[in-house]
Amino acid sequence: MTNGPGAPTRAEIMVFAACREVRDGDCVFVGVGLPNLAVQLALRLHAPRCHLIYESGVFGARPVRLPISIGDPCLVSGAAQVLPMAETFLYFLQGGRTDLGFLGAAQIDRYGNLNTTVVGRDYDHPRVRLPGAGGAPDIALNARRTVVIARQDRRKFVERLDFRTTVGWAEGGTSREALGAPGGGPTRVITDLGVYGFAEGTREMTLESVHPGVTLEQVREATGWDLKVDSPLTATEAPDEAMLRLLREELDPDRIYLKG
Amino acid sequence: MREAVSRFVRDGDTVVLEGFTHLIPFAAGQEIIRQRRRDLALVRLTPDLLMDQMVAAGTASKLIFGWLGNPGVGSLHAIRRAVERDYPGPLEIEEYSHFGLLCRYKAAASGLPFFPLRGYRGTDLPRVNPHLKQVTCPFTGEILDAVSALHPDVAIVNAQRADSRGNTQIWGLTGAQREAAFAARRVIVVVEEVVPEDVVRADPNRTQIPSVVVDAVVEEPWSAHPSFVQGYYDRDNAAYLAWDRITRDPAELERYLDEWVHGLPDRAAYLARLGEETRNRLRPGPRLAGPVDYGDYR
Repeated sequence: MTNGPGAPTRAEIMVFAACREVRDGDCVFVGVGLPNLAVQLALRLHAPRCHLIYESGVFGARPVRLPISIGDPCLVSGAAQVLPMAETFLYFLQGGRTDLGFLGAAQIDRYGNLNTTVVGRDYDHPRVRLPGAGGAPDIALNARRTVVIARQDRRKFVERLDFRTTVGWAEGGTSREALGAPGGGPTRVITDLGVYGFAEGTREMTLESVHPGVTLEQVREATGWDLKVDSPLTATEAPDEAMLRLLREELDPDRIYLKG
Repeated sequence: MREAVSRFVRDGDTVVLEGFTHLIPFAAGQEIIRQRRRDLALVRLTPDLLMDQMVAAGTASKLIFGWLGNPGVGSLHAIRRAVERDYPGPLEIEEYSHFGLLCRYKAAASGLPFFPLRGYRGTDLPRVNPHLKQVTCPFTGEILDAVSALHPDVAIVNAQRADSRGNTQIWGLTGAQREAAFAARRVIVVVEEVVPEDVVRADPNRTQIPSVVVDAVVEEPWSAHPSFVQGYYDRDNAAYLAWDRITRDPAELERYLDEWVHGLPDRAAYLARLGEETRNRLRPGPRLAGPVDYGDYR
């Protein structure tokens, strides 16, 4: 890099990749951290008319600072609507008004099913008790598109989940439809190494691009199954200088989420 | 507060403490700890710092929840120790999605035995929670998920203000307070301010909980600290970050409970200990709503 703001970090590349998943006019279920930055960036770039929804009960949030949690008071001040949580789930999710949802996970499998409940197979005495379901199952079930954002390693990208908290493409193929899941299923997985889609037909996770400086070897090393790879494999598009300035100077000036 | 908790919260009760990140009933929960209630079934969408404290203090034998964590920070280590290692004793858990637990409140508040939803298909949750069942729609034949009504013995909710009869007004996130209050047999409302009845009657759309379901109104400023109250104070994030350190070490957690709960007679003493400087730091600037005209229909 020359006189610009410096090369993008992995976190910045992830935010930019997530930002590109937002379409103008979308109703987006947002989480804190990287998804929030991604949607804020999309609002300023190509999707000025997208609606930010938080499961805490906010529609059309316009936060003027970085929210610390999905219930931050800055999400309420200046929002278009505040509604009881039950109605957020009933009307926006189950009622089919959500275009895009962002999710995280402690474990993910090749069909985009997620575990946020326990690590270890003994549910009653797990090795690690994770937070649990929260809003994730309903976002994954009902949103037209779901994007998973996670750091990638072998303990996260597993052959078999210890617990399925949230359904993605179930066992692949048409098994999700067979369950009667109304939403569209996972469309992308964005990690610190690359970006994945899900193959038509089999619905198996497929590596579409690797971030600049990342090798296919590294990605395979961090995946617990025999990974399908797109051909040709491309490099993930990196944010340009203007976008980096926006991220660094306006959206996350204290580098709370953009460190790594 | 002392009187409300001693009159309405009994050993063995099912107790809902609601408030989603906003208006978390910390003062009430800490009074329950102080009065050494035992064997409670605690219910909350997001058992956060408050329930980590209540579990560590030995008030609970069961936890019913949707998402366990220190929001934006990390884990609840006291609850994790109880679940992972039965330390200091076992803790029964019963978990739902947020939506599932909300539907349990809604069923009870509406006088229905269950509530239908699409929520658990394709997940392992029904495998570990026998209360998650299915029902066939009599009109379409679709198989839906179903959760049973949850009738708590007590609901405790915080709010910005109420009149002395208990007509309770909340603005900002209203979470599940209304559903929890209508679902419960007994209701304690804890407010930043008790206001004259005409203040409430001037703006009835803002009333979330009517006096008819409320058994006690407690006026206790800053009773939701370290969580926030829209328009009154911000989340004390330093306290949430500090909790991550405190809760990792059972001895340090014990010291916290001794110093901040058992060692203090009430919330006023807590506030004195917290200090004016912290409170000033947390006060937001104003952002007023415009008035609306309800009309005078004589």
